[in-house]
Amino acid sequence: MYPFTLIRPESPAAAIKNATKGTKFIAGGTNLVDLMKLDIETPTALVDINGLEAFNTIETLPDGRIRVGALVKNSALAWHSEIARRFPLLSQALLSGASPQLRNMATTGGNMLQRTRCYYFYDPAFPCNKRVPGSGCPAIDGYNRNHAVLGTSEHCIASHPSDMCVALAAIDPRVMLHGPRGERSIAFAELHRLPGSTPHLENTLLPGELITAIELPSLPFAVHSHYLKVRDRASYEFALASAAVALDIQGGTIRAARIALGGVGTKPWRSKAAEKTLVGAAAGDATYKIAADAALNGAIPHKHNAFKIELAKRTLVRTLNIVGGNA
Amino acid sequence: MNNEITGKPIDRVDGRLKITGGAQYAAEFPMKDLAYGVAITATIAKGHIASIDTRAAEKIPGVFGVLSYKNSMSLHFPQGGDPGSGKYAEKDLLPLQSDRIFYDGQMIAVAIADTFEKAEYAASLVAITYEPETAVLEIEPNASNARQPKTGLGNQPMQTKRGDASTALANAPVTIDYTYTTPVYHHNAMEPHATTAQWTGDELLIYDSTQSVYGSHSLMANMLGLEPEKVRLIALYIGGGFGSKGFSWPNTVVAAMASKLVGKPVQLALARQQMFTTAGRRSQTIQNVSLGADRDGKLLSIRHASIVETSFVDEFIEPCGVATTMLYACPNLEVTHKVVNLNRGTPCPMRAPGESVGTYALEAAMDELAVKLQMDPIALRLANYADEDPQKKKPFSSKNLRECYEQGAAAIGWKDRNVQPASMRQGRYLVGYGMATATYPANRSASTARAILFADGRAEIECCTQDIGTGTYTIMTQIAADALSLPITKVKVKLGDSDFPKGANSGGSQVSASVGPAIRAAAIDVVGKLAKLAVQDTGSPLHGLDEKTIQANNSGIYSSAEPQRGESFQALLSRLRLDRIDALATTNVSTRAPEAGQPEAIRNYSFHSWGAQFIRVLVDPDLYTVKIDKAVSVMDIGKVLNQKTATNQIMGGMIFGIGMALMESSVYDPARGRVVTRDLANYLVPVHADMPVFDIRFIDRPDVLISPIGARGIGEIGITGTAAAVANAIYHATGKRVRDLPISLEKLMD
Repeated sequence: MYPFTLIRPESPAAAIKNATKGTKFIAGGTNLVDLMKLDIETPTALVDINGLEAFNTIETLPDGRIRVGALVKNSALAWHSEIARRFPLLSQALLSGASPQLRNMATTGGNMLQRTRCYYFYDPAFPCNKRVPGSGCPAIDGYNRNHAVLGTSEHCIASHPSDMCVALAAIDPRVMLHGPRGERSIAFAELHRLPGSTPHLENTLLPGELITAIELPSLPFAVHSHYLKVRDRASYEFALASAAVALDIQGGTIRAARIALGGVGTKPWRSKAAEKTLVGAAAGDATYKIAADAALNGAIPHKHNAFKIELAKRTLVRTLNIVGGNA
Repeated sequence: MNNEITGKPIDRVDGRLKITGGAQYAAEFPMKDLAYGVAITATIAKGHIASIDTRAAEKIPGVFGVLSYKNSMSLHFPQGGDPGSGKYAEKDLLPLQSDRIFYDGQMIAVAIADTFEKAEYAASLVAITYEPETAVLEIEPNASNARQPKTGLGNQPMQTKRGDASTALANAPVTIDYTYTTPVYHHNAMEPHATTAQWTGDELLIYDSTQSVYGSHSLMANMLGLEPEKVRLIALYIGGGFGSKGFSWPNTVVAAMASKLVGKPVQLALARQQMFTTAGRRSQTIQNVSLGADRDGKLLSIRHASIVETSFVDEFIEPCGVATTMLYACPNLEVTHKVVNLNRGTPCPMRAPGESVGTYALEAAMDELAVKLQMDPIALRLANYADEDPQKKKPFSSKNLRECYEQGAAAIGWKDRNVQPASMRQGRYLVGYGMATATYPANRSASTARAILFADGRAEIECCTQDIGTGTYTIMTQIAADALSLPITKVKVKLGDSDFPKGANSGGSQVSASVGPAIRAAAIDVVGKLAKLAVQDTGSPLHGLDEKTIQANNSGIYSSAEPQRGESFQALLSRLRLDRIDALATTNVSTRAPEAGQPEAIRNYSFHSWGAQFIRVLVDPDLYTVKIDKAVSVMDIGKVLNQKTATNQIMGGMIFGIGMALMESSVYDPARGRVVTRDLANYLVPVHADMPVFDIRFIDRPDVLISPIGARGIGEIGITGTAAAVANAIYHATGKRVRDLPISLEKLMD
């Protein structure tokens, strides 16, 4: 680990002021500290935002939106009664991630910015376009079982590891930001970038910008939702494939749908194409299979992860069945 | 002896100490001026170090130096290859002696500083360049160059024949012939390989995480060119080894070398990533099994041909086929092993070396034969039940395997099993039942122990063996307490110190059967000495009796004819003004040494433990996730010394086997030969949520031929048969036979 200084600002303004080049914000630290131990992240200073109590609340707004502070722990968010009732998919996604100990530390803001678990990214002895731009990608011709099949490029096929973000991709909250140039908000869908030719650029935050909160829309039909995760062991393991689904079904016909996939995309993967096939269609297995084919349309397999295409389809069909009936 | 404590399910004597953090492991001994070493490992699979630039590292205040081949002391090449007396894992690659690289992850330097963090930072600043050479990275393309070694570890034969397996196979009415493959596995003990070394003048004190305190001690003296009396090696507590700490790896000797260089005590613990390269592993295996049988299932021929791999710097042959030679009665057999050298770290024993992967292949093949014969898998095994060792032609010391099958079948509900694959359902899930035979040799070797009785009525036992986390402290306390007729609270067993008399190393599941009898003998000798003193002492109520009629009872010695006549140990010793009475006893019995000189019982019998593993799985028919629903194990392991620690060992072994079957796998990058699954996030071991309901039972019938305590070792047998039982259950559930471990879901998806 490289030496660093620790800064503990007492206000959001002070935090942002200290976020100069080479520094990193630290919240739960469950990913960043690991990366620092491996010299993958080498910040000169850590700006510890854990003291900023204003970012640690969950608040239901008068119009039904829910504002979740960036420092709210994953476990607190998952077990929050309003979240569990109105957004089962989010609660389930959070509880399927990591381990209880990690969920007690990991934060809402940090989870959104966690980095890939690509084996090669995690080992500085290998080249990696994400770690060292232009150095190459050994995963493409190497061992790529946990890699993405959607959103890949010839420079990077690393998958996005978050469960929470898959549920959020389906919900599409606003992400509240505060930076040197003031406050702004973006749609969740705008937060993560595809790797393209710049896989080291993973999000659209501006330099020094801090995620302060997310605002979940009221989205009433999200009460009919589910998150399903398929993995190699029953706990403490990232998804091979996962699906977050919310359906609005009236009289057997699907009126609205939200679909996102995990484990298969280079970013949390919302599939509007799959949603489109569902809207207006009769709920049922045949419809769900069409949606699954649409969701994985264009997927690019590599040597060890081709199975993910079929697995993701089956996972999505199962999840649609769980939400829409029949399963 | 009344109310024997041996066999009782007492709590671990060190349990509280461990869970409260009081037990000190090798990297947990605070010392004045302690320095910290951080190892630097190679990032190429073969070649030379071209340059090492340590200037940036050495500029950091608090950094004491960087040890590499450039400034390393010379080591002596160690003699011998027996882990009990000391075995360096890579005999042709003593650490930091040259610029040559034989595998990616080889330890090539150590940065030493006054804090761990500074040492880690310094290590990252050491700039190393290489002259790479073309490496041999994979077993499959090199299989045609495989060698056929005569013997493996401990001179175990690697090529075994009886009858004519090929002709018998060709003439057999029913045959199967399949190849089973297993990946590289890593032990991943919770405690990494770790050492603290401190020089005082020319004397060396080492705290080491080792499965062989005596062996590691001898080896360090040997390699460093010191008289053995100048070295003391201690391992009070060990956080698991599973075979990876049976041989010595670079950390031990390098800690001593680093300490010499900087003139301070040095602690050196491997990072988890380094545990995947320079701390041992299980060889990848490719095993072809052919079975021939008559239509009633009687085996006519067994062929088990294995290809394994080793490094270029030592040879460890994973003995896949050893259990195959003795498990079933069959007149014609051919067991062969071939080995390929690869530029990978050296493999070594890992929990049931040979039997774990070997019983997977053999017992999966037996299941395939049962399917082909349309025969119940248990009936097939009973049709080929070996009443004597078919290879050695000797009776088994004790074998109650039939009862294991019967009890296990009843416990899992085998009679409800529909023989047709993919025919059983529970809700959405496919249900499958699988079984396999478990077996492991019952080993025993020479051990010496000292028993000391103090005037205050306490006793201590000293033995240079070690508790690697299995419960040795606890069961030895029970054995000593019984032999001395003391409550266990009055008995302190001290292990893990080279100053104590030589006990067995923790390898081959032998400590219980080897050290237990020595401790018992030493304790009995103490009682004998007391009896002799008492009968000669006019002040004793036992005065004038024949000392042979006196026995230990209720913390004292009493006449066996008149149980009220006698006195407490304390009364006797204080009257005689003696501080202590001690005795040293050696039990020189070995099941693995040459037979000459061994007692008749050892010469005339074959010693093995037995068991039956039963698994019930639930498989999702679309997603192919596998849930182990129930695991039953019935073990015939002689006398059970402690129901709790014994259950613990078998359960741990089965969890190991479940991991092996379903998820464990070390993957090497195909281009560079570097392990890519090099932490516990990517090398998956089962978690609690994966665990089934376990039902673990023991026949609990003493094996009186192996030793007076009647126990056979149980550290390894739990893993044997488990992976096959899982694989067989998955086949039964799905009708799909995966012959390549681990059985991850993509191998089951169509």
